[in-house]
Amino acid sequence: MTAGAAGSGDWQPSALQRQRLAYRRRRSNRSVGIALVSSVLIVVALVIGITATPGWPRVQETFFSPARAWSALPAVATGLWLNIRVMLVCGVLILVVGLTLAVLRTLRGPVFFPVRVAVAAYTDLFRGLPLLLVLFLLGFGVPALRLRGVPSDPLVWGGAALVLTYSAYVAEVFRAGIESVHPSQRAAARSLGLSYAQSMRFVVLPQAVRRVVPPLLNDLVSLQKDSGLIAVLGVVDAIRSAQIETATDFNFTPYVVAGLLFVVLTIPLTRLTDWVARRQGWYGGAGTGVG
Amino acid sequence: MSPTGSAAEPLLAARGLRKAFGDQVVLDGLDLEVGRGECVVLIGGSGSGKSTLLRCLNLLETVDDGQILLAGEDVSDPRVDADAVRARVGIVFQAFNLFPHLSVLDNITLAPVRVHRRPRRAAEQQAREMLARVGLADKASARPDELSGGQQQRAAIARALVNDPVLLLLDEVTSALDPELVWEVLSLLRDLRTDGMTMVLATHEMSFARSVADRVCFLSGGRVLEQGPPAQLFDAPREPRTREFLSRLHLDRPEASRPPEG
Repeated sequence: MTAGAAGSGDWQPSALQRQRLAYRRRRSNRSVGIALVSSVLIVVALVIGITATPGWPRVQETFFSPARAWSALPAVATGLWLNIRVMLVCGVLILVVGLTLAVLRTLRGPVFFPVRVAVAAYTDLFRGLPLLLVLFLLGFGVPALRLRGVPSDPLVWGGAALVLTYSAYVAEVFRAGIESVHPSQRAAARSLGLSYAQSMRFVVLPQAVRRVVPPLLNDLVSLQKDSGLIAVLGVVDAIRSAQIETATDFNFTPYVVAGLLFVVLTIPLTRLTDWVARRQGWYGGAGTGVG
Repeated sequence: MSPTGSAAEPLLAARGLRKAFGDQVVLDGLDLEVGRGECVVLIGGSGSGKSTLLRCLNLLETVDDGQILLAGEDVSDPRVDADAVRARVGIVFQAFNLFPHLSVLDNITLAPVRVHRRPRRAAEQQAREMLARVGLADKASARPDELSGGQQQRAAIARALVNDPVLLLLDEVTSALDPELVWEVLSLLRDLRTDGMTMVLATHEMSFARSVADRVCFLSGGRVLEQGPPAQLFDAPREPRTREFLSRLHLDRPEASRPPEG
C-alpha cells in the first residue's frame, strides 16, 4: 500500500491511488474511533449499573472480598494441587483407554462383531450418562457393596468415574481421526506387505493422532474443570476446600478464588491447543494422499 | 513358498479374471500373461479396468472369479498369505500415496524394517542407495510435502523397489504430474526396464509406451481386446475399437509440451 516499492524506483502513486489511500485511512480511523467509544461506554455503563444497585455492597462483600480471598487462598490452592494430580493421572488413563476403544471399534471382520458392539454400547452409555450420576454410583455405590479387597477411597472411585466417562468421548475423537486418514494410505501400506496391525500402528494411527490433538486438548481442558466434580464424594479438592471455608461465614469469595484458579490453570492449556492447531499446517493437513 | 518356475513359464498369469463393483462389471474374463523381464503396457479408456486389474494383481482387491498365478503359485487362493505376496509385488499409485508423517527415508525403510525384519542400519544404507538411484540422494530427510510431484513419485518408486519385488505394477504414475515433471519419472522407468525389471504399467503416455513396451495391451469391455508389439498395435491395430481409441488420443496428444526423452 505504501509508495516506493522495489522494482520501478521512480514510481509515484497516481492522484487516483492517493485519493483511495486517503479514503481508506479515513474509514479506518472512523472504525477505530467508534469501537473505542462504544467499548468505553459499555464498560462504564456496566460498572455504574452494577455498583449502583441497592444490594451491591453486600454482593461485593460476599463474593469479592479481597481479605477473605487472601485468607482462603492457601487452603484452596492446596485443594487445587489434588485437582491437578487427578487430572494428570486420569488424563493419561483416558488417552490409553480411549485409543484402545477406538482401535477396537475400527476392527473389521465378523469375528470382531461382538467387540464392535460392546465398544459402541459403552460409548453410547457413558456419553449419555451425566458425570454426576456416574460419580455417585461409583463413589457411594461400589464402596457400599462392602466387597473385600476393593478400595473404598472416594478419590479412586472419583477418578474411575472421570476415566469411564471421558474415555467414551475421547474414543470417538480418536475414531474420527482414524477414519479421516484416506484409504489410499492404508492401501499403500498394505501394498508394501504390512499387515493390518502394522498399517494401523505405523501409518494410520500416527496421522490420526496428529490430526486430533486440538480436540483432545479441548477435552483435557474440560477434564481439568470437571475434576472439581469429585468434590461431591467428599474429597478435599479446590472446590471442597472453598466449601469448607465458606461454611464458617457464608462468604462465597473462596468459590470465586477456586474458579479463578481453574481459569488460570486452563489458560495455558488453551494457548497450547491454539499453538498446536496452528502448527498443524506444518504436518501437511490431509497430507500428500490426494487421490 | 515361491517355486522357481521354468524359463518358459510366465512370471505372472491371469486367467479369466472377473471383478464387479455392484452392477458394474469391470473385469470380465480377462486373460493376461507376463514373462520374466517383460514390460507390458496397459492402455484403454477411463473405466476400462486398468487400475482395477493392477489392484487385483496386488491383491488389494479380491477377484470375483478366475486365477492369478505368480511364478506358478495361485495367489488368488484365499489361503495364501496376502501380505507375503504383496511384499513380493510392488505397486506405485497415481497419487504417490507417500506417508506424510514420515521422512522420505522412513517411507522407504518402513517395509524393510517392519516386514522384512532387516536391521535399521542396513535398511537405511539400502534406502540411501535406492534414493541415489532415483536421483533423490539429497532428499532423504525431507518430508513428502516438501517435494515436487515428480520427486514424490520417484520416492514412491524407490519405496516399491527397495522391497526387491519380482514384479512392479505402475498405475498411471505420471497422470498427477505437471507436464514438465513427467519426463523425470518416465526416464527412471526406462532405466528400470533396461535393468530387466518385470513391469506392468497403465499409462496414457503413448509415445512412452511405444518406446518402452515389449507388448501393449488394449483393454476394452473388461478384457484384453487386442495385444501385440507397440509397432503393430499403434501403427496397424486390427480391432476397430482400438483404432477408434488411438485416433481420439492423437487429436490431443500433449507431447509438444514435453522435452525429448532419453
